Amino acid sequence: MPEHNLLFEVMVYLGAAVVFVPLATRFKLGSVLGYLIAGCAIGPWGLRLVRDVDAILHFAEFGVVLMLFIIGLELDPKRLLEMRRPIFLGGSLQMFVCGVLLAVGGFALGLPWKGALVGGFALALSSTAIAVQTMRERGVAGAPTGTTAFAVLLFQDIAAIPLIAVVPLLAAGAGGHGGGGWLGAARVAGAIAAVVVVGRYLTRPILRMVARTGLREAFTAFALLLVVGIAQIMAAAGVSMALGAFLAGVLLASSEYRHALETDIEPFKGLLMGLFFIAVGMSIDFGLVASRPLVIVALVVGLLAIKLLALRAIGKPLGVAPGDRWLFAALLAQGGEFAFVVFGVAGEAHLLPGAWDALLTLVVALSMALTPFLLLAYDQLLRLARRRGSSRPDDVVEDEGAPVVIAGFGRFGQIVGRYLFASGIRATVLDHDADQIDLLRKFGFRVFYGDATRLDLLRAAGAEHAKLLVLAIDDPDASVRLAEVARQHFPKLRVIARARNVSHWVALRKRGVDAVERETFESALRSGRAALVSLGVGAYEARERADRFRRHNLANLEELMPHFEDEADRFSRARAGREQLEAQIAADRAELDRSIGGSWSAERDHEPKGERAPAESDPAHEDRA
Amino acid sequence: MARSIALIYAHPYPDRSRAGRVLLDCVRDMPGVEVRSLYDLYPDFAIDVEAERAALARADVVVWQSPFYWYGMPSLLHLWIEKVLAHGWAYGVGGTNVHGKTALWATTTGALESAYAPGEMHGHPFDAFVPAISQTAIFCGMKWVEPFVLHGAHRVDADALDAAAEGYRRRLEALLADEPLPPSHGGPPDA
Repeated sequence: MPEHNLLFEVMVYLGAAVVFVPLATRFKLGSVLGYLIAGCAIGPWGLRLVRDVDAILHFAEFGVVLMLFIIGLELDPKRLLEMRRPIFLGGSLQMFVCGVLLAVGGFALGLPWKGALVGGFALALSSTAIAVQTMRERGVAGAPTGTTAFAVLLFQDIAAIPLIAVVPLLAAGAGGHGGGGWLGAARVAGAIAAVVVVGRYLTRPILRMVARTGLREAFTAFALLLVVGIAQIMAAAGVSMALGAFLAGVLLASSEYRHALETDIEPFKGLLMGLFFIAVGMSIDFGLVASRPLVIVALVVGLLAIKLLALRAIGKPLGVAPGDRWLFAALLAQGGEFAFVVFGVAGEAHLLPGAWDALLTLVVALSMALTPFLLLAYDQLLRLARRRGSSRPDDVVEDEGAPVVIAGFGRFGQIVGRYLFASGIRATVLDHDADQIDLLRKFGFRVFYGDATRLDLLRAAGAEHAKLLVLAIDDPDASVRLAEVARQHFPKLRVIARARNVSHWVALRKRGVDAVERETFESALRSGRAALVSLGVGAYEARERADRFRRHNLANLEELMPHFEDEADRFSRARAGREQLEAQIAADRAELDRSIGGSWSAERDHEPKGERAPAESDPAHEDRA
Repeated sequence: MARSIALIYAHPYPDRSRAGRVLLDCVRDMPGVEVRSLYDLYPDFAIDVEAERAALARADVVVWQSPFYWYGMPSLLHLWIEKVLAHGWAYGVGGTNVHGKTALWATTTGALESAYAPGEMHGHPFDAFVPAISQTAIFCGMKWVEPFVLHGAHRVDADALDAAAEGYRRRLEALLADEPLPPSHGGPPDA
């Protein structure tokens, strides 16, 4: 066996993830199952590349903390307040119904009533990690069903705290811990107050300071420090770290750095979540499965059946759409990661007799592994039902982001943004000027800090679901880069772009952006109109001439575009710019020659009304038509 | 050679039009029909005269389809006539470019046909409002055919609307085939 060091283990995890996750997604099994299989493969019952499974599981739980932080970032306090009914009513209903049914089941299997009670409620918990990841992959996270499921999961995270706390009390017999309870409550309150102070008052000024330094690593380091620190505060008070991180996320949800934080935390979250699923896969004790296969199959099936039916039944009072109730049940039917903790504590406290704690841990792990299969079964049944003709309307997926992303909110982007805003259209705005953002936010714009050319930030801003990207960055290089990123990664996203000059216009058009507007062209043309009017040309005629000038200018550019070179460096671009100007002036002159010989300017002064025979009967109310 | 139609469509809010859109949708895919939606092409009223004239040159039949506004055409279609059917191109010396082409006016009115009568809301029979338009076509040497009019566009029900659209399509088919025209659809019977 090779020497186990940290880098070797990292290599094993990354290697397993790279092999199994693409395979699993390829066969539409979802990434979660890929990680679980990877865990089985490298774990004690597979290749035995990893030994200390519990330590890994414990470390990887930090992925769940990061995930809750990101979820918090997406829920501002207002939306959370709107969700209080599903969280507290829906969540407690789910815990009560599932907990009682499972406890009765445990009691019937011969567990003592205390053990049955703890076991039942622990099994009633679902896996936030698996459910949320699955909902995201299936795109139901923003839909009403996803929101309800998330509310239930959130309540479970809250409920897990007293559940874990009550185990030693039950084991020690009745009461006697009153004083400790008060002290504990004070510590919890203190920790929550600390998180609120940090999240609400300290973080934003510090983030602003760090952002001004312009050092990305510093920003990333601070983002991680924030979550780790909050997790530590909560852990010190004995409260769920994930809940603390969630709270901090909610407090920062309305901050301008929301997207930047999300972007920086996301890769860490993704990797640690993967590690968490791998660890769950590794923790499946196949030795135990082999020794008591029937018992285990019966327990897993029993757990899933009771939870599925109970969840299906409470779907109605929770307001889940009738067609979605089985989906809702399948998403939440598995056991949760908190159950591992509860069984561990309960085993130590001798609340669960014999091998029950190991057995139930295994059952929970297996139920997690079965979730992707439950959903596949759900899909198959749905397809069958649809084929039978019982069609139901598609869910209206509540888009998580705004339909428009505006990149760059300087002089140009602002006008576009304000115009859209005035027309009642929401836009997510990205800009990298921290001072500018502060100012705009005072006026209530949804402006976020970050370098808009970064793919991950675009993604966080909702570019995948947006219809439109307004590319209003003033730096032509960055603008062209963003156009490339958008075309490559979001081919359905329509891009409307600002061009600094003709060279920039050409560069964007050659990259497939069809709606490009030169930033000074329209305003300069209006000034030209004003000049003509000042010289005595009629206002309407001046407008028509401007329309005509614009049309010919655009036709010219389109015609010349293939000949204009797409210059990479500024120096040759300046040279190309001069050539383009020359070509355009030549075209303007040709147009003037044509029009003097043709229909417009020269005709103004020929033949006053009525001099010529046809004019007498001319139906057009002018001296010329 | 197969005949073709230039369908000049003018509705300021095509998305909000009810009858006009159904009529248009029923004919827009017909082979030989080129639809030019003026308010989509020229939201700034900056009509590309050359492009419009090129479209007319390609067509044997010109259809003007629009709602009936203030006893005539919507302003952009009126502007189109001013700019495109100009002196020296559509009439006057050398203005023979639309000579011999067929002109059809297809319009939809909000009111019922009965409102177009002396003493009623609109004071005159509908036919009284047609000459300004028919004469425009005739002045340019075009062949005027009986207009297609759908009255009561606001209240016509879906079936009647579909029937009207079918009638519209048959008329365009006849024009493409250069056959005698089926009669115009008069809209829902008066209540």
